[in-house]
Amino acid sequence: MGKKHQTPLLDELKKGKWISFVREMERAAEKSPRTEDLLGQVEESYRDKITHWKHGGMAGVKSYGAGMVGRFSDSPEKYPGVKECHSMRINQTSGFFYNSDVLRKIAGIAEKYAGGLLNLHGATGDIQILGVTQAEAEDAFQAYAELGFDLGGGGSDLRTPSCCVGPARCEFSNYDTLKICYDLTREYQDELHRPSFNYKFKLKFSGCSNDCVASASRSDLAFIGTWKDNIKINQEEVKNYVKKFDVQKYVLDKCPTKCMWFEGDKLVIDDSNCVKCHHCINEMPKALKSGDEKGLSILIGAKAPLVTGPRMGMMLVPFYDVNEDSKNDYEQLKGLISNIWEFWDEYGVSRERIGELIARVGLVTFLEGVGLEPIPEMVNTPRTNPFIKFEDEDAAQ
Amino acid sequence: MPEEVKKKRLTDVGPHDYHDYLPPMVKKNYGKWAYHEIMDSGTMVHVAESGDKLYTVRVGSPRLVSGSFVRDLCDIADKYCGGYLRFTTRNSAEFLFEDEKNIEPLKKDLEKLGLNVGGIGNNVANIVHTQGWVHCHTSASDASGVVKSVMDELYEYFVEEKLPSKVRIAFACCLNMCGSVGSSDIAIVGTHRKPPKINQERLLNLCEIPSTIASCPTNSVRPDVTADGKQTVRIVQETCVFCGSCYTVCPAMPIADPLSDGVSIWVGGKVSNARTKPTFSKLVIPFIPNEPPRWTKVTEAVKTIINAYKEGGHPGERVSEWVDRIGWSRFFKITGFEFTKYHVDDFRLAESMMNYSAYTRL
Repeated sequence: MGKKHQTPLLDELKKGKWISFVREMERAAEKSPRTEDLLGQVEESYRDKITHWKHGGMAGVKSYGAGMVGRFSDSPEKYPGVKECHSMRINQTSGFFYNSDVLRKIAGIAEKYAGGLLNLHGATGDIQILGVTQAEAEDAFQAYAELGFDLGGGGSDLRTPSCCVGPARCEFSNYDTLKICYDLTREYQDELHRPSFNYKFKLKFSGCSNDCVASASRSDLAFIGTWKDNIKINQEEVKNYVKKFDVQKYVLDKCPTKCMWFEGDKLVIDDSNCVKCHHCINEMPKALKSGDEKGLSILIGAKAPLVTGPRMGMMLVPFYDVNEDSKNDYEQLKGLISNIWEFWDEYGVSRERIGELIARVGLVTFLEGVGLEPIPEMVNTPRTNPFIKFEDEDAAQ
Repeated sequence: MPEEVKKKRLTDVGPHDYHDYLPPMVKKNYGKWAYHEIMDSGTMVHVAESGDKLYTVRVGSPRLVSGSFVRDLCDIADKYCGGYLRFTTRNSAEFLFEDEKNIEPLKKDLEKLGLNVGGIGNNVANIVHTQGWVHCHTSASDASGVVKSVMDELYEYFVEEKLPSKVRIAFACCLNMCGSVGSSDIAIVGTHRKPPKINQERLLNLCEIPSTIASCPTNSVRPDVTADGKQTVRIVQETCVFCGSCYTVCPAMPIADPLSDGVSIWVGGKVSNARTKPTFSKLVIPFIPNEPPRWTKVTEAVKTIINAYKEGGHPGERVSEWVDRIGWSRFFKITGFEFTKYHVDDFRLAESMMNYSAYTRL
């Protein structure tokens, strides 16, 4: 069978060693003919150097305000198969673990009700199914729901939380990222499916400060594993590493606070000055382990450029115990999240992320609003300018 | 359909319980892993306190995949991994298994399928990217095509560990920067260079004027009145920074333009806290035109950066640490990239970006 559309430009991208998305689109088109029109339209974009999707458009399932992204072709007469080409976000599993049975079914639904194309995974974490029409959306949704999968977030709501592989397969994890991600996602189903926020809000969970889900650069609240007590040292294993590579040069000299040194062949760490950067543990995982008092740090306010520029997450809570009694700890954490959402709801304006709101009203105003005290861990340095707004009651004393 | 056999409509079932999909060895050693070792650029072993060993083989993926691709992966998982598999935060797939003897046959089977094994250790991991022309309405460039072109060029760095440290590359097709693009070792970002064009007729029907005005980071969307006295907006051309935020809220202000759209290249971002604090990527090339299908100038620029880093980076140094050590003046000299007025920040944090010292490399 000949191709419906000639795609000489895209065909160039079938060459080369890296696995080709064009080949994948063609394979999808074998099962779902509408994807032939997607290939045609993308080829036209390659010719014209411009997107051929119209601005947004509504798509969704009953009683949800999120979980689908509406997409309409600007040339439906030429590409009727993608007249409507919505994507449906399916909430991924914690840690992106699946088995072949369920993945085959997920793919089968994408072929039956959509274009047979999937994103594994989208930038926020969801599985995305491309090429759903509004007429099929409900059936696709119910097929996933029967499989025990739900839609993800979208628009001005809680976006689908995501986490690193955590304790499932990583020795560095200081808390159960999979469990907390799963628990909070279930808790906040309403916030996730029915947008009622000023703008998007993201929660991401990393088990250590290597931050494999990049929480600190993109999530409004970043939960990054840490510990309170001393790094555990296995001196015999340290000696083995010393035989293998220059530990002084590649580990000790790279420590940002120079809090570790050798006394003879014994490694000594001044844990009071350790900032939990994790470099030494990364380099010598057999010899060094984080302490026993594990928990997480909470950073707030990270976001991408729109609207008022990118922000990195900033320290809000240096240590939060989520291991001791996770049920109770999670409840308290949810209390903090509620306070933050209430403050944002009260004082934020439309399309203002929490980081932008804090920048606008000032960190101290925010802290007072959510019931936290300012502490030195929140700043790089105390202020250097003398324009201090003393309050009347302080000045009277 | 008779009413009584209609199924109950399901909503709010929430995410699937991940416990159902954890391999038995993961369940057994959950939270009890002792250490891991990288065996080669595509294989690592995690050793549990119990002594159990779990092998992982990682394979690249274009992220945009067919159902057939999913079934290919599933067949491998059935053959070697008891049916279990997982994905990484950078869209690679991982096969987890207990028998070391399976490593080579599994890799051979993956290679037979045309899949690329690698991405672990001091190499270029899979590129995190966005939808581009395949599925996005605000894109200034395609995503998948640029990523495919860059990965073809950098293939050797995915399959072999030949770099001073890991290199994380990301692509975003507009300034929305879906994904963690702005804090990557190398970020490629779709970039517009002309203000949006206002379609007055559509604007009156489609857009809420106050929210359109509020969408602009530089106050360049101002209220205006049409000739026939209707409320509208105008763009202050002198201050518009072409971010496309207004188009996101107002469909009548399209900003995409084939002649002026393209990508910019940013370097030296990092999200891990190891050794140095997380930091954003910095602008190194303000603009490269879109050149589908292969974006040759983009791939050349990325290779220039990789080659300079490979040459100059000390073992263990991320790109950001290398540039911090040698300085940006040297970076521009080594790469031959031109430093222009566009490299000097003039936005919110501009003041904090200057060199308040006598430090200079002459």
